[in-house]
Amino acid sequence: MKLFTRTAAALAMMIGAAQAAPTHLTVGMQLEPPNLDPTAGAAAAIDEVTYANIFEGLTRIGPDGSVRPALARSWEVSEDGLTYVFHLVEGARFHDGAAFDASDVKFSFERAMAEGSTNAQKGLFEPIEKIEVLDPATVRITLKRPTGQFLFNMGWGDAVIVDPASAEGNATHPIGTGPFRFRNWVKGDSVTIERNPDYWGTPARLESATFKFIADPTAALAALMAGDVDAFPGYPSPETVPQLQADPRFEVVMGSTEGETILSTNNARPPFDDLRVRRAIAHAIDRQAIIDGAMFGVGTPIGSHFAPHNPAYVDLTGLYPHDPDKARALLAEAGHPNGFKATLKLPPPSYARRGGELVAAQLREVGIDLTIENVEWAQWLEQVFRGKDYDLTIVSHTEPMDIGIYARPDYYFQYDNPAFRKLMQDLNAAVDPARRAAILGAAQAVIAEDAVNGFLFQLGKIGVWNAKVKGLWHDAPTQANDLTAVYWED
Amino acid sequence: MIAFLVRRAATLALTLLAATAVIFVMLEVAPGDPAVTMLGLNASDEAVAALRAELGLNAPPLERYLAWLAGMLRGDFGVSYTYRTPIAELIADRLAVSGPLTLYALALSTLIAIPAGVHAAAHRGRAADAATLGLVQIGVATPNFWVAMLLVLAFSTGLRWFSAGGFPGWGDPLEAMRALTLPAVSLALPQAAILTRVMRSALIETMSEDYIRTARAKGLSERQALRRHALRNAMIPVLTIIGMQFSFLLAGAVIIENVFFLPGLGRLVFQGVVQRDLIVVKSVLTLLVLAVTLVTLAVDAAYAAVDPRLRARRR
Repeated sequence: MKLFTRTAAALAMMIGAAQAAPTHLTVGMQLEPPNLDPTAGAAAAIDEVTYANIFEGLTRIGPDGSVRPALARSWEVSEDGLTYVFHLVEGARFHDGAAFDASDVKFSFERAMAEGSTNAQKGLFEPIEKIEVLDPATVRITLKRPTGQFLFNMGWGDAVIVDPASAEGNATHPIGTGPFRFRNWVKGDSVTIERNPDYWGTPARLESATFKFIADPTAALAALMAGDVDAFPGYPSPETVPQLQADPRFEVVMGSTEGETILSTNNARPPFDDLRVRRAIAHAIDRQAIIDGAMFGVGTPIGSHFAPHNPAYVDLTGLYPHDPDKARALLAEAGHPNGFKATLKLPPPSYARRGGELVAAQLREVGIDLTIENVEWAQWLEQVFRGKDYDLTIVSHTEPMDIGIYARPDYYFQYDNPAFRKLMQDLNAAVDPARRAAILGAAQAVIAEDAVNGFLFQLGKIGVWNAKVKGLWHDAPTQANDLTAVYWED
Repeated sequence: MIAFLVRRAATLALTLLAATAVIFVMLEVAPGDPAVTMLGLNASDEAVAALRAELGLNAPPLERYLAWLAGMLRGDFGVSYTYRTPIAELIADRLAVSGPLTLYALALSTLIAIPAGVHAAAHRGRAADAATLGLVQIGVATPNFWVAMLLVLAFSTGLRWFSAGGFPGWGDPLEAMRALTLPAVSLALPQAAILTRVMRSALIETMSEDYIRTARAKGLSERQALRRHALRNAMIPVLTIIGMQFSFLLAGAVIIENVFFLPGLGRLVFQGVVQRDLIVVKSVLTLLVLAVTLVTLAVDAAYAAVDPRLRARRR
């Protein structure tokens, strides 16, 4: 009897041990980062591995897109919006043991602003006049002009704080202050990070995590089904979502991203310099048909260049409803009663290639005859983005809060509207959230009225993970796989 | 023989030089600035210019070509634009997957094809031969990535005997071999089909040679004649095909590498092209040309050693 109870106790313990929640997470990602230094490259995959996990900035962007304290535990902004005093956390250390203090902030930002800097978002630092170390835990940043979005900008991956001793090596061996530290990188296969035992803040709940790079959508499904990956936060295969939804092992979350997918239009090139023609195109487009046909229903229609999950979003999808007759009338009024011919250059992503076919069909309906030209990214960057040699193209603008690009007449849209530029100046001068929201609403309306581009849809984000995994982001207000609060449910 | 080898080596060097020139010019003509590709849409012109200078992209093309050649002669392939690590290291990492995978697939395909081809030839015209030919027909017509997907469906998501892909590294050789098994099988099956067909027809052809008739006349049974005399002679075309398959599999496995997300050489080239990491593309292509010419040289040397007439004819 005694033996039996002992055996039973041992068995119970074994079962208990077998059921203890795992502490390792394998995350699937479609693209491998080219390097691991978020201050030296635009690739989203860099941030998707390192942001918030390995590297931290003064501020950080939360899962809802809000600005939160990070290495700066608090801050004060002067009335004129020109001076920011940041109070830094104390006792933080880089993963190589070096102490973090105000001089690292000064170093990191001056490095990004320097003449030979290869920071992909150098523009974020452009408003900075000077950076002063007041004491090891306090730094004062003076701006050349009010920049309302400054705190948000300091939360970008490109603005993380690095240490002078390790900065040059971050591309291959990243050293930050975050709750995880780098363990190893099997190039072409995976990056593994582990919990930083000396973290200054709330420690991570996972002991370690592996980011596994799986480019092929079919392979992504197979990896989930076989249990090789526990989570695929940016799941690339919308056509297989119903299968995963029906499987109780998985949780499937439809979220939003910062990716405004638009039919970019060359506003300087006839006939697109005619507002009536651009409005005709807007009326010819059936957004829902494109989302259903090209994206398997995943995506949110947009009427301007703004993310629907943002509190300042205004729904303008009803401004130019789908109305082919109206489109034909507008074209006739603009002097194109029989339509015209143009080219549509499409980069490789499926939203562009599949969406482009549908846009071409919808525009053909009203008489605009588009010749589709498929281009590689390199050609797209060279011809369309830098050369501005295009009529129409489809692309997703994935940078967060990027409505400001419409204030740049030399940008590839070639849209030049002084009224809009004035709004952006006002926005920069405004610090009060309500006032900022009002200006942002007006700005959305201006570019929607002007039908600068065909506004199609907000790129959706499909997250699939083991139903026991909790704490992953549902939306993607910035490009990140923040694992700091992730855990396995018992 | 030595004179022959020296001549062949000179031809090899010239071939390589011509190949590097073609590779360099082709990638020079291809559109796409690596610096722009790396820094993305929001990058300022200044940052792009700084990166171009850092990558050494501003020197004249001829200068860059010569610098690249000189570097390769010293064994220094340069540093990858995107990964920022030495290319020799990258290639070595990838060869640790592609090399064993190629050998594994080649071994499997040979182990299947030679017995199957011999068996079919020995039973020419009978049911076993017809069945083999039917299977060969299916094998040749089936794309290997489709075989791969079926294998994943059956053995990974279904039975869960193998993981659906990825490579754990050689820390645990057994696990590594396990990870390479499904990819090797899917690469091997179509190759085995081709090889079976070559083996069978080579053997049938050899069996009609005069010396086989002589051997039969001396009293050997058909099977004995096949084993002792025909098989060795029939192996020459088979070895040629195996040599070709080796070069093909080394870099041509890119689709299979994608299905199983393996970090192999083919995917390195593919990623290099997409990300405009041109220096990686150039170096890997040159290495592949080297591998192909070396295999060809080895096969040629073997022929020449076997058949003195070949040496004489080239004089």
